[in-house]
Amino acid sequence: MVSGGVFFQRESAMPQPSISKSMTIGESGLAVVFAVTAFLCVIASAKALDAPFAFHAGLSAAASLAAVFFIFNRYYDRPAALPPAEINGRPNYNMGPIKFSSFMAVFWGIAGFLVGLIIASQLAWPALNFDLPWIQFGRLRPLHTSAVIFAFGGNVLIATSFYVVQKSCRARLAGDIAPWFVVLGYNYFILIAGTGYLLGVTQSKEYAEPEWYADLWLTIVWVTYLLVFLGTILKRKEPHIFVANWFYLAFIVTIAVLHLGNNPALPVSFLGSKSYIAWGGIQDAMFQWWYGHNAVGFFLTAGFLAIMYYFIPKRAERPIYSYRLSIIHFWALIFLYIWAGPHHLHYTALPDWTQTLGMTFSIMLWMPSWGGMINGLMTLSGAWDKLRTDPVLRMLVVSVAFYGMSTFEGPMMSIKVVNSLSHYTDWTIGHVHSGALGWVGFVSFGALYCLVPWAWNRKGLYSLKLVNWHFWIATLGIVLYISAMWVSGILQGLMWRAYTSLGFLEYSFIETVEAMHPFYIIRAAGGALFLIGALIMAYNLWMTVRVGEQEVQMPVALQPAE
Amino acid sequence: MTDHQSEFDSVTGRSTTGHEWDGIKELNTPLPRWWVITFYLTIIWAIGYWIVYPAWPLISSNTRGVIGYSSRADVAVELANLEKIRGDKMVALGAASLADIEKDPALLALARAKGKTVFGDNCAPCHGSGAAGAKGFPNLNDDDWLWGGTLDQIMQTIQFGARSGHAKTHEGQMLAFGKDGVLKPDEIVTVANYVRSLSGLPTRKGYDAAKGEKIFADNCVACHGDGGKGNQELGAPNLTDKIWLYGSDEAILIETITNGRAGVMPAWEGRLDPATIKAMAVYVHSLGGGK
Repeated sequence: MVSGGVFFQRESAMPQPSISKSMTIGESGLAVVFAVTAFLCVIASAKALDAPFAFHAGLSAAASLAAVFFIFNRYYDRPAALPPAEINGRPNYNMGPIKFSSFMAVFWGIAGFLVGLIIASQLAWPALNFDLPWIQFGRLRPLHTSAVIFAFGGNVLIATSFYVVQKSCRARLAGDIAPWFVVLGYNYFILIAGTGYLLGVTQSKEYAEPEWYADLWLTIVWVTYLLVFLGTILKRKEPHIFVANWFYLAFIVTIAVLHLGNNPALPVSFLGSKSYIAWGGIQDAMFQWWYGHNAVGFFLTAGFLAIMYYFIPKRAERPIYSYRLSIIHFWALIFLYIWAGPHHLHYTALPDWTQTLGMTFSIMLWMPSWGGMINGLMTLSGAWDKLRTDPVLRMLVVSVAFYGMSTFEGPMMSIKVVNSLSHYTDWTIGHVHSGALGWVGFVSFGALYCLVPWAWNRKGLYSLKLVNWHFWIATLGIVLYISAMWVSGILQGLMWRAYTSLGFLEYSFIETVEAMHPFYIIRAAGGALFLIGALIMAYNLWMTVRVGEQEVQMPVALQPAE
Repeated sequence: MTDHQSEFDSVTGRSTTGHEWDGIKELNTPLPRWWVITFYLTIIWAIGYWIVYPAWPLISSNTRGVIGYSSRADVAVELANLEKIRGDKMVALGAASLADIEKDPALLALARAKGKTVFGDNCAPCHGSGAAGAKGFPNLNDDDWLWGGTLDQIMQTIQFGARSGHAKTHEGQMLAFGKDGVLKPDEIVTVANYVRSLSGLPTRKGYDAAKGEKIFADNCVACHGDGGKGNQELGAPNLTDKIWLYGSDEAILIETITNGRAGVMPAWEGRLDPATIKAMAVYVHSLGGGK
């Protein structure tokens, strides 16, 4: 682990007036709660019905004790008064949790990309699972998806949302210990989820694999996240709420609703990891894809659009193209997205009417999605020349282009006749990755390249040249990945549906698998390039923090309030 | 802080809204016309689709749509179309004997086509998609058969399997001469070399051919026959034809003789219907080695 100094800025406030120092209710209350939790977890670990649960309970006992230690240590280190909301009329922004989350985002990103590369290679060369149960495709696949979506993407979202909400509200993050609870608690959830997958703990719902106890913990963390975010908005010094904050709020609220809707489960025992989902049959499938699709819509779209709405205008130093478009496409997007889930269940036992609604709402979603693309790209008006000189801005802009491409492809694939060819094929994988690598990945990288120097108070990045290398290597990787999957997917779909003149299937399943092999190798190569790009970024960001030049804080008095 | 004054942006010729957050302003650009029109078109299209297809839930049913579409009916139509293509030839195939199929070119072509499809999804995982086999799984393209290569014999093997647990399955297995203490390790080495010599493979230095022949005669001939020509009644392979199920290396032969072999072929009766099994037998028979 990195030394605490990387994340904590010792609050160098004015000399404190001598007030007697005492723990806040939050500090003492949380310390007690964690102490009790540690005790309960020790008992749960001792009485556990299965080994993974015993491991997780033991881990939670240790983590709870660490939390108690952290709370006391922080209390003894801090001055008597809590950090002020403002110093000399300037908001005293809270950067510690942002730094931690940014660091974790890079760490999990690389872990997630690496696991992706491993499973892509396993698909091309199955012997690479070495017959070890812990690294079978079935366990590593959720590890990959959770690591990239929830661990990497989630930490990027938390880091940027905590930064953007403070800056755009001109207010210090609400809560003293709560923001730390959010970032540490969220990453602890990731740890429990990820180790669970490797040990075979899963409730077998795609993108919602963690078992009941991890789900409960995430609920607590997520509600705290919502409260910190809302609390900061309520403290704002600006009359209006910035567009990025609408999107962040939609993301946080909807993810809470989706998480609760999709995960109600009855544990077999409160001392074991296995549980059964309350929903059954087609209702379960419908809940699952209502959740699954809106995890895409609200986690990977709304959340990252929020990033776009702050970081692109900030980096391009241009005003946002259209305020009106931002309002209309925001409300249209969140209203329409929530209906689109059934398109994941075309031609299944789902009733026809539900499939129709899923498909038609997906089509209507096209323009609202593109509203974000238009606003992102057109914000560059008057600053297009910067794309030549600023690879960070180029990354952000290309991410929006990928966003536009995959939000056209998505509605197209939701059309039933198209879906009858594309469904269950690699085309879907290609579609997901053009959005995941191109849009979510690039907008996250762009945001991290901006955020790290800002949060660590550096003049700029260690090397723009390395950003340029990252950009081109990763772009080449994405192109290899998605074109391989397009060809492979369409080939696969056509082979599956081909009949001979006598009325028999032309190809056996195994022949279609053989036909995929070269494309799986190309895909793995693309993934390797993407990973190399991310490693370059990690080095660049690390050097930015370690050797980057401190930016001198100019004591510019802000224009006095009118 | 209150709203700023609206400003004029010279690059775009638009004014700003007057809002500002951390230096970010917004332009007062109206909605792009093509965007609005396309958005409306998708909505109109959706409404049209709802009228035509089943769409909205009602209290105990749903709107059916004016063309009465149902995906279930769609599948039925597709299946009926397939039936039409296959025609009554499938019925004929079910009724025909293996000998009839062999004689009727149309039936033969049909059986081969169907057999190929079924083979790909059921047999290829072990025998390979080209039926070339693998270690422990016989190559079906050659004329070397463990349980016989006539149409009837192939059909019987597919129906009931080998060591499958089915009442009529092929039984008989290679005994574990070493594990069961019948032969001593040095005897196993000797007989393994004798087996290699049967198909002209080189033998180990100092190997005693006479001893090998004696051990073979005492232990192996009962199943593999005089001279190791094999016995299809027992599934005992021909040891002289240079075709090896598990391999001809001395080490592999020692392993085979020490631990025995009892590869399993599942019984397909009950899993596939009789006409399909017939088609599969015809297909396998036609691969090149059928007798």
